[in-house]
Amino acid sequence: MTQRLRTPRLGTTALIYLALAGVLAAGAVAVALDGGNLFATANLVDMLTRTSLTGFLAIGMTLVILCRSLDLSVGYTAALSSLVAATTMDGQAANVPLAIAAVLLVSGLIGAANGAVTAYLGVNPFITTLGTGLIIKGYLDTQYKGPAGDVPAVFQQFGYTRIGPVPMSTLVMLAVAAAAIWFLRSSRTGHHMYAVGGDADVARMSGIRTGRTLLAAHVLCGMTAGVAGLLLAARFGTGSAEAYTNLYELDAIAAVVLGGTLLLGGRGGVAGTVAGVAILAVLDTVFNVLQIDPFAKDVLRGVVIIAAVAIYARRQLDRTARRPRFAEGRAS
Amino acid sequence: MRTTRIAAAAAAALGILLATACTTDTPTDEADEATTEAESGDEWFVQADYDAQLAQRDVEPEGDPAAPWLQAIEPEWVDTAAFAQEGGDATVCFSNASVSNPWRVTGWITMQQQVEVLQSEGKIGEFRHSDAGDDDDQQISDIQAFVDSGDCDALIISPSTTATLTPAVEAACESGVPVIIFDRGVNTDCAVTFIHPIGGYAFGADAAEFLVDNLEPGSTVLALRILPGVDVLENRWAAAEEIFAGSELEILGNEFTGGDAAEIKNIVTQYLQRGDVDGIWMDAGDGAVAAIEAFEDAGAPYPVMTGEDELSFMRKWQETGMTALAPVYSNFQWRTPVIAATMILAGEQVPAEWVLPQDPITEAELDQYLEINADMPSLHYAKFGGEDLPGFPDAWQDR
Amino acid sequence: MTRARELLLRATNPTATVFVLLVLVFAAVFAMNPGFFEGPSLMAFLKQAAPLVILAAGQYFVIVSGNFDLSVGALVGAQVVIAARLIDGEESRTVPVMIVMALFGIGVGLVNGLITTALKVQSFITTLGMLLVLYGAIRLWTGGAPTGSLSESFRQAGRMGIENVPVLGQIPWALLIMIAVGAGSVLLMRTRFGRILMAAGDNERAAALSGARVDTARIAAFVLSGLSATVAGILIGGFAGVSAQVGDGLEFTVITAVVLGGVVLGGGRGSVLAAMAGALVIEALFTLFNQMALPATLRPALQGAIIIAAVAYAARRRPVPTATASPTPS
Repeated sequence: MTQRLRTPRLGTTALIYLALAGVLAAGAVAVALDGGNLFATANLVDMLTRTSLTGFLAIGMTLVILCRSLDLSVGYTAALSSLVAATTMDGQAANVPLAIAAVLLVSGLIGAANGAVTAYLGVNPFITTLGTGLIIKGYLDTQYKGPAGDVPAVFQQFGYTRIGPVPMSTLVMLAVAAAAIWFLRSSRTGHHMYAVGGDADVARMSGIRTGRTLLAAHVLCGMTAGVAGLLLAARFGTGSAEAYTNLYELDAIAAVVLGGTLLLGGRGGVAGTVAGVAILAVLDTVFNVLQIDPFAKDVLRGVVIIAAVAIYARRQLDRTARRPRFAEGRAS
Repeated sequence: MRTTRIAAAAAAALGILLATACTTDTPTDEADEATTEAESGDEWFVQADYDAQLAQRDVEPEGDPAAPWLQAIEPEWVDTAAFAQEGGDATVCFSNASVSNPWRVTGWITMQQQVEVLQSEGKIGEFRHSDAGDDDDQQISDIQAFVDSGDCDALIISPSTTATLTPAVEAACESGVPVIIFDRGVNTDCAVTFIHPIGGYAFGADAAEFLVDNLEPGSTVLALRILPGVDVLENRWAAAEEIFAGSELEILGNEFTGGDAAEIKNIVTQYLQRGDVDGIWMDAGDGAVAAIEAFEDAGAPYPVMTGEDELSFMRKWQETGMTALAPVYSNFQWRTPVIAATMILAGEQVPAEWVLPQDPITEAELDQYLEINADMPSLHYAKFGGEDLPGFPDAWQDR
Repeated sequence: MTRARELLLRATNPTATVFVLLVLVFAAVFAMNPGFFEGPSLMAFLKQAAPLVILAAGQYFVIVSGNFDLSVGALVGAQVVIAARLIDGEESRTVPVMIVMALFGIGVGLVNGLITTALKVQSFITTLGMLLVLYGAIRLWTGGAPTGSLSESFRQAGRMGIENVPVLGQIPWALLIMIAVGAGSVLLMRTRFGRILMAAGDNERAAALSGARVDTARIAAFVLSGLSATVAGILIGGFAGVSAQVGDGLEFTVITAVVLGGVVLGGGRGSVLAAMAGALVIEALFTLFNQMALPATLRPALQGAIIIAAVAYAARRRPVPTATASPTPS
């Protein structure tokens, strides 16, 4: 099963890293024409920093999308987590471990609720997670009228320290990504995720507990959103409910799909997602250095996302059997 | 199998009911707090700030009234000789929260026009800016990028949220660059100057007092708000609540509209179906006209209303002759930060907290302001303060 | 509560759930405020609900054929801004601008459809990209905030109606347009096109093998969605005028409405009438929250809980294996 899946996956992943290199090169040329240097330390730091937040969210999102699910509540979970973290820490370094545990517990439970409703009540994940997102929003709006809590300086390091040009948060993100790659390639549940996303009926018939697998993916997705919330708290020095207004969930989904994971599940992986996140980060940095109008940024982002996915889709068409084209032949 | 599924659905429904039951406890808690907040000092309502802002409304600002963006209320001047520079080719960097609403769009045009003047006068060189699209995390990165680049001789920041940028701003201050904050504040006073109009409490109070003065006791008032959780807007409402609590007006409700005209018209229409609405209080003027139209379409008499100095509202106000007030959150403040940057780079003194005047537009001034802005688009702000800039009026018209 | 349960249990198929829900919500509104069912206020309710109902019909075509359209909110916003800028208060420009808007709506739908079918980009991504492009492009064009203004005649459709009708007061044009769109949609789903659309979402391969032009039907569905967003834009702009935030977040509300109507994401199942009823339920729910004077901050939470519960209730009837494995959309 995995043998069959891995060969095309590596091909796609290589293509995505090629795309990343292409975007970097194009960006470097554009910045150079403008008289700058994309690879100056300040710009490198900026690019890497931008990868961490979307990175955490996108790693978890990859797992649920592989299972042919979706999580539109991650932005809300992250916002709630930032508040849980900041209010639990309350300025005391001694509270940091407790706060991290509380965040992982809360975010994991939200993920579990998403997973359970989706897997066992048969609710489409789009609706489940839109609904949980609204529930969390209602709680946050009622409870908080602005930033709350206080993050001690020690924990702010998570958001601000860097080793050379590499921020610590990016290193942690890469470590989480590595763990997720290992999990998908080597653990039983990881293999099951591909099977469930590929064809739930076949997976069920071959003895996989599909519900449990989906639940696990959602719990992990919730927890990575929790980690993203911890990062927000570290960067803000406080917790902020308003973080949910930034539509991080759509950024994360875009990164996952840019990373070559099929939105219909069953194919893709975290290595590609990291590249997808990096592509978005490079774009953002280049737009920033070139001082592109913020609205033009949206347009360019939209076009790049569609174009990239169209290119992947072309590749996949060449490789797999072409049902639609065959069908067109018959129809016309 | 089916029974278990139904049982599961029932359990989920129960859970959801319980969950909502739990959350419904909250407002009662808050209601309790609301009654005691005046004495105990709720976290979102700081009595001292409220009192200070209300008092500042009556203070005569220092400086030329013809250039309100250079006026200051009770300034404490600080020395900036340490930042003085020769040459006039200084690079000024600006980290903007966003241009995601008409108020910010208007201000941003004004700032760019002011920059052009300063550049042609040879007071500043390059002007760089970044836009964070309302994302705090993004803005932190933007600020870091400016600091890391080492090219900025002065850094202007318009924070996206009050508290969350504090660590990033502190880091920017430590780098030795003079930092100028405007509009929303941060929880540190390391910036050379913090520029802002009087504030949210004053805005909310101006509006609420107008309603109290112009409505009979026992009249009904509907409050329309943009978004929950934005502290600058929460301040406006907190002040209004404070004033309404001491009045005999009946508050029908406070609703969040997202500033969307359709939503506003919808909500007002529904309230009108249930009974009379004598007054409308708004925490920002976006979509005010839709609220007025709801009264027209329902055949109800015009309310006493407070909006903002947005032209669409002011034009409707003039057209209908209704009793209204346009509280102002001075848009001309967008000129001040770049001017402050040149002052700091020249080693001139600036106020540590540069409080700009914030006077509502009353009926007496209505015609005058509409005349000045006659050719401006409807989502433009009357007190934008850019009439003397060379780009006027084209820059604001053809944007 | 027990009565409600009985009623709920009697509703046997998922599509019926939405009508039961509609009755329940209306009953609750009636209990809170009997005056709601007097002619004028009922008409006012239908007037402001019409745009969402029309959007739901458009979204239904896309969803039933196995796709999503996330770009409708941004398109509604774009259309209102385009109208204001191009008309700029001139009555004579009203009709030409409406034609331009219709062409623009068709164009956006065509692009969405072509990218999704010919380039095989998943519709979630196509329309998410389109959302970003529309949002940015329209603000680039107007410098960040809408300019210009709408003409009085443009505003007729959304704001006015047949006046002085006994009992009802005003019959809004919006209501008549909504009924026309509804009737048209129901008829359309009964044609061969409707059957192909349904088949495309249900089992693409079988539909294609039977000789149906699946891709053409799907592109047409996106065009219908674009047109519905145009009509909704005309009604919303007419109803309330121009503001910078018009259309924000409508895409999620309308998809929720369609799913509440028992239409299955992934396609192949559900009726357009139920989808439109779903939109009415959402609007009625907002009215109910308002009548209950529920604190505004709590409303999203209740809305989320009700959506999940309703969809879980409808899903309970479906055969177990398909619960997680909906048919393959393109």
